[in-house]
Amino acid sequence: MTQELSATMGVMAMTSGLLEATVRTATPLAYAALGECVSERAGVINIGLEGSIIAGALSATIAAGVLGAGAGAVAGGFAAGALAGVAVAALFALFTVGWRADQIITGTAITLFALGLTGTVYRTVYGTGGVALTTPTTSVYVVPWLSQLPLIGRAFFAQPVVTYALYLIAPVLAWWMQRTHAGLALRAVGEYPEAAVAAGVSPRRIQGLAVLFAGGMAGLAGATLVLAQAGTFVEEMSAGRGFIAIAIVVLGRWRPLGVAAAALLFGGATSLQTLFQAMGWSGIPYQVFLAAPYVLTLIVLAVTGKRRARRVV
Amino acid sequence: MNAALVRHVAISVGRVILLLAIAITLLAMLLLVTGHDVVPALHALVRGAFGSWYAITSATVVRMVPLALAGLAVSVAFRAGILNIGAEGQLLVGAAAATALSAPLYGLPSWIGIPTMLIGGAMAGGAWAAIAGALRLRFGVLEVISTIMLNFIAEYLTGWLVRGPLQEPTRINPQSVTLPSALQLPVLLPGTRFHAGVLVAVVVAIGVWWWLRNTASGFRVRAVGASPTAAESAGGISVPRTMFGAFLISGVLAGLAGSVEYTGITFALYENFSPGYGYTAIAVALLARLHPLGVLATALLFGALEAGANAMQRDAGVPSVVVSVVEALLILLVVAADRWRDARSGAAVGAAVGTAVGASTGAAAEAGT
Repeated sequence: MTQELSATMGVMAMTSGLLEATVRTATPLAYAALGECVSERAGVINIGLEGSIIAGALSATIAAGVLGAGAGAVAGGFAAGALAGVAVAALFALFTVGWRADQIITGTAITLFALGLTGTVYRTVYGTGGVALTTPTTSVYVVPWLSQLPLIGRAFFAQPVVTYALYLIAPVLAWWMQRTHAGLALRAVGEYPEAAVAAGVSPRRIQGLAVLFAGGMAGLAGATLVLAQAGTFVEEMSAGRGFIAIAIVVLGRWRPLGVAAAALLFGGATSLQTLFQAMGWSGIPYQVFLAAPYVLTLIVLAVTGKRRARRVV
Repeated sequence: MNAALVRHVAISVGRVILLLAIAITLLAMLLLVTGHDVVPALHALVRGAFGSWYAITSATVVRMVPLALAGLAVSVAFRAGILNIGAEGQLLVGAAAATALSAPLYGLPSWIGIPTMLIGGAMAGGAWAAIAGALRLRFGVLEVISTIMLNFIAEYLTGWLVRGPLQEPTRINPQSVTLPSALQLPVLLPGTRFHAGVLVAVVVAIGVWWWLRNTASGFRVRAVGASPTAAESAGGISVPRTMFGAFLISGVLAGLAGSVEYTGITFALYENFSPGYGYTAIAVALLARLHPLGVLATALLFGALEAGANAMQRDAGVPSVVVSVVEALLILLVVAADRWRDARSGAAVGAAVGTAVGASTGAAAEAGT
C-alpha cells in the first residue's frame, strides 16, 4: 500500500518535473515564435531571427554585467536584449522591406552576420581564456495558490516572471490580431496587399514595424536564455532556435495561441528526450523525440496544404 | 565553347579578385573596430591561406571542395527559382548514406568501392531533396520551410546513426569507424591532403555549367527560374516536372558534397559533421551570381578565408568567427548592389523572390550569350 503510494508519488513528481522543464524550454521559443508569427502574418519570413536571438543574448549578458547585481541589472539586461534584437531586425528590414531584397537570402546573411559578430565581440571582450562568465539570473517567483494545483501547478506557476509575461502576451496578441484595426491591417498586408494599399494602409510601414517587433521578441528570447536560464553566455547558444521558431509558427497555424501551444509541444519533446536520457531508457532513440516535432510540422503543412502555405510569401 | 569557357573563367577570376579586395577591406575595418592589430592579423590570414604549398593544397583547396559542390547545389535550385536552403541536410544525408554503404564494400577494389559510396551519397541527397520537392509540388508546402525542417531531421538522424547502427564497434565515441584507406579518395599530391575530390568538384562544376548552357533540360530550368508563367505559356514547359528535376539535381549535388567530404577528408561520420557548409554554400552561390564556374572561384575564396581565419586566430589572437561577419557583409553588399542597379534601371520592384530570380535571370542571360 505505502509502496504503491510512493510509486504513484514518484510518477507524479516526475511528470511535474517534466512539465516544469517543458514550460522552461518553451519560454524562449514562444517569445521568438510569437514575434515571427506577427512578422509572417505581415508577409515577411525572417530567417534572420536566429541573429536577433544571439544578439539579444550577448547584449543581455554585457548589460547585466555592466549594471552589476540585482533586479535592476536583470531588467536592464532584458531591455538591452530586446534592443539588440530590434537592431538586428532593423538591418533585415532595411534590406527586405526598404529595398525589397529577397527575404531568404538577406535572412541567411543576417544570421551569419550576427553569429559571427557576437562571437567576435564576446571573444574580444571576455577573451578565450575560458573564465566562467556569470550573470545575475531572475529568480523563480512562486505564485501563491496556483502553484499548489496538482501536476501543472509548479510547471506553470513556479517560473520566472518572463514566463508569466507570455500568459499575457499570447492572448493579447491573439485579440489584437483579430479584433483591432491595426491587427486587421497587418493581416491585410500579408494576405491581400492590393486591398491594403487601396484601404490606405502602407504595407512597408506595417511590415517594417512587424519585423522590428519580431526582432524585439527574439532579443527577449535571447535575454531569457542568459538571464533566466543559463546565467552565462556561450557562443552560438541560440542553437537554431530562430529556425525552430519558424517551425513553431507553422505548427501553430499562424495564430498566437496556437503558436504558444506549439512552443509547448517543442519544449515538451526536448524535455522528454532529456528525461529519457537521464533515466537511461533506450527503448526508443531519443533523437526520435527531438525530430518528432519537425516531422509533425511537415505533416501538418502537407495536410493543411495550399491554402495556408500561400499566405506566407 | 572553349572561348566561352575561357571568358567565363576570366570573368569569375575578376569577380573573385574584386570580392577578395572588398573582403580584406571589410576585415581590416572590423579588426580596427574591435581593437586588433590589423597588419599582423592580415599577414597571418594570407599566410594561413596561401603562405605555403601545404597551406594552399591542404587547407584552402580542401575547404573549397564541399563549399563548391554544395554551392553548385544551391545554384541549380536558385536558377530554377527554388529556394532550397536544405543543402545542409542533403549533405548530411549524403555523408550518412556513404558511411552506411562503406561496410559491405570492405575488401573490394577502390575503383568499385569509392564510386559506389559517392554515387550512393549523391542519390541519398537527391532523395532527401525529393521530399521537399514532393511537398512543394503536391501539397504547396514552401521549400523554404520544409527544407529547414528536413535539415533538423537530418541532423537528428545523423546523431542517432553515430550512436546506433553506424557507431564504431567499441561504442565509446559517437562516430562511425574510420574508413579503410582502400576506400578513401586517393591523395593526388603526396604529403598533402589534396584529394581526388578537388577534381570531382571541378569536373562537376564544368558539367553543371555545360548542362545549364547547352542542353534542353538546362534551358528549361533557366526558363522556369526566370519566369514560370512565361515558361509554361510561351515555352510549353512543364513547370512542376522541371522544378522537381531541379530539386533532385540540387539534392544530388549536395549529397555528393557530403560523400566526397566523408571519403576525402573526415573518413568518419559524426555529429556536427558539417560546420554549416550547406548554409555557407548559399553565400558561395550568390556571390558567384549562381554561375557554376563562378561557384568554384567563390568557394576557393571562402576556403581561403576560412583557412586563413584559423591561422589568424592561432598566430594573431583574432577570433576566427570574424570571417563569418565578412562573408555576411559580402552577401549584403551584393544584394544591396543588385537592388541599387535594379532601381536605377527602373526594373520592376517588389517580386517576392526578387534577388534570387533577378540574379538567376541575370546569370542565365549571361550564360546564354
